Amino acid sequence: MSQPEYIKRANTDVPCRLEDISKSDYEVFYNLVAELLKKESNHCLAYYPIENEGKLVFYCFIGDDSDQSVTILSHRHNKYGLILKSLTPLCNAMHIFEREIHETFGVAFEGHPWLKPVRYPFDRYDKAKVMDNYPFFEIESEELHEVGVGPIHAGVIEPGHFRFICNGEKVLHLEIHLGYQHRGIEWLYLDKDSPLQRCILSECIAGDTAVGHALAHAQLIESLAGIQIEEDLQIERCIALELERIAVHIGDTAALCTDVAYQLGQVVCEALRTTIINTTQQWCGNRFGKGLIRPGGSHYPLSEDMATKIEKNLENTGTRFRKMTETLYSMPSVLSRFDEIGTVTTQQALAVGAVGMAARTCNVPRDIRASHPFQYFKTYPVHPVVLETGDVLARGMLRSMEVTESIKIIRELIATWRQKENKAKAPVYDYHLKPGSIAFSMTEGWRGEIFHSAITNSKGQIVHYKVKDPSVHNWMALALAVRNQEISDFPVCNKSFNLSYCGYDL
Amino acid sequence: MIREFNILRSHGIQYVPDLKKAELTPLFRGRPVISPSVTDDEKTMLRKLCPSGAILENDFGIDLGKCVFCKECAFACPGKISFTNDYKIASNNRNGLIIRPGNESVGFDETRIRKEVRKLFRNSLKLRQISAGGDNSCEMELNASGNVNFDMGRYGIEFVASPRHADGIVITGPITENMAAATQICYDAVPHPKIIILVGTDAISGGLFSESKAINRSFLDKYPVDLYVPGNPAHPLTFINGLLKLQGK
Repeated sequence: MSQPEYIKRANTDVPCRLEDISKSDYEVFYNLVAELLKKESNHCLAYYPIENEGKLVFYCFIGDDSDQSVTILSHRHNKYGLILKSLTPLCNAMHIFEREIHETFGVAFEGHPWLKPVRYPFDRYDKAKVMDNYPFFEIESEELHEVGVGPIHAGVIEPGHFRFICNGEKVLHLEIHLGYQHRGIEWLYLDKDSPLQRCILSECIAGDTAVGHALAHAQLIESLAGIQIEEDLQIERCIALELERIAVHIGDTAALCTDVAYQLGQVVCEALRTTIINTTQQWCGNRFGKGLIRPGGSHYPLSEDMATKIEKNLENTGTRFRKMTETLYSMPSVLSRFDEIGTVTTQQALAVGAVGMAARTCNVPRDIRASHPFQYFKTYPVHPVVLETGDVLARGMLRSMEVTESIKIIRELIATWRQKENKAKAPVYDYHLKPGSIAFSMTEGWRGEIFHSAITNSKGQIVHYKVKDPSVHNWMALALAVRNQEISDFPVCNKSFNLSYCGYDL
Repeated sequence: MIREFNILRSHGIQYVPDLKKAELTPLFRGRPVISPSVTDDEKTMLRKLCPSGAILENDFGIDLGKCVFCKECAFACPGKISFTNDYKIASNNRNGLIIRPGNESVGFDETRIRKEVRKLFRNSLKLRQISAGGDNSCEMELNASGNVNFDMGRYGIEFVASPRHADGIVITGPITENMAAATQICYDAVPHPKIIILVGTDAISGGLFSESKAINRSFLDKYPVDLYVPGNPAHPLTFINGLLKLQGK
């Protein structure tokens, strides 16, 4: 009997044996993926190759939001001079994966419309391509001018270069050139073979999403090592993840206020964010939740005392934040800066493969907590907040609605947690990973879908580690959002997304 | 308008009145304390355990310039290593960051402070921030240093939008190869005299990234560093108190 062309798994499921995944011809793979991606509930989660004895073995993960399944497909080729027919013309969202593969392995994708560098990794295929000669899109015209911003920006934020082509004050095109933050994280996962080092690396992928990434990593390890997690710890992890979401959403509301010079909103939200991150600090000693998530257990099991503190702080913060945003989003001077500014249409969001909150503001209900649940969200149903207008106002409002929703989630989770037996366990660092396997894990960080995947060799050592931050997709949504906007609206558009540079550059 | 007054009233007074005496939650991972009774076997075990090579086995101590503050050493050696909530751990001396058994504070070397720093920057210090591979947690803490709670502006310290307006640079992140050139250009654009401040373990030693092939720390070989602010990320109080010491306040 011949092997099926693909394998189906659920999020954080048992790993697949590599030999069980059949390596189809590219033609078969291409047709299968093209067929799968026609269905609107499907989107590509990750697509990456690993090098093995001069061959490239590609793995592609396609998630179906309607039935919680993930389809894993594979194809294999000789590495040198490889030319493949691009999937991007059929499904635009594949553009970033093919660009990444092209940049690292030199694979040519025929028919790819925008085969540009992604992040200039140290191990890129073509070393002649350097940061300074990025091939920006150009328009020859005497009427147009270009504006270059960065890599170092005016505020205290991460580096990236933005090149605008403007007609007067109006932006015709924005191209975002990243890569400045590239630290070689995926390579370090292999170089640093201590389990603890890998945990800490995960917390540093994007320091503003320390819990989201650390949880994705912990789940992946638990899947590969066959470690079961008790329900009380699952709930605690969900609470930590929602605290992170609340803190960032409030902080970003402050930043939006700053950009439209609404000082009251800025200072009130800054102070409220401080309360939330200080609550996380009370729990685990770090304002960003670093150290809180570990595979197999926790150094900081939730105590009744801490749970009460969380409830109290959230209640107070929630009320004050609601009053603030009710005022904020009813002020004409604020609305004129947010309403119908930086609009991303549903069609555009689907085309760029937007995920997380950026997608949910465009009527694309992508939320891993609901579509591919993990931890206690498998039991506790999450109802994603979805808006339709896709503008700065929607991204601002969605944040305040998600804060309300997350507070409710935490309150209910704490109530459930109280009924569970407290089985505090220490973290597990001496695990053995299942050999010859591939596994993946997803979480819904505050930005959106976080995907981690690892491949082990016959000795159970990790030989490939892949991380995908939601920003990988969403940067393109920002580039589209500012088209035909005043260039002076770029800051509010940028803040409304608040994408990760280091998560993209890894 | 009335609604805004109500919001303002419930907002209350948020600033921390005395940034030198503020107390952090007991669990905050600040300056470690090491007992002199750590055995040689434990030292070896701890060196192997430490994810970032911060445990010095011979001449035993913890190097806060390398420490990622995961506290795993304290969990492995309870009673012998503990992390206090002392956030005053910035130093102008790289070796001052090494905590030895029995040490009760981080070393700060007054004699190394350049005269012009005290003379010119005492009441006004404008800084340009360069994130060179930072993970955005240190950057967020630096932003928080100027927010309504910590308000370092009260000491005349602020971040400015151009290196031309700055008295020095604040680097976060291990300095990636892809940011090496921009870091140099930014530093060159700051008028003399100027200071360099490294914030976060990644910036001070490279942290977990020190052996990455994607970083290039040659910039730091060329110039003296005026202040090291450890942390993962560095707490706003650590940063502000470090600056105040540098200013002589």
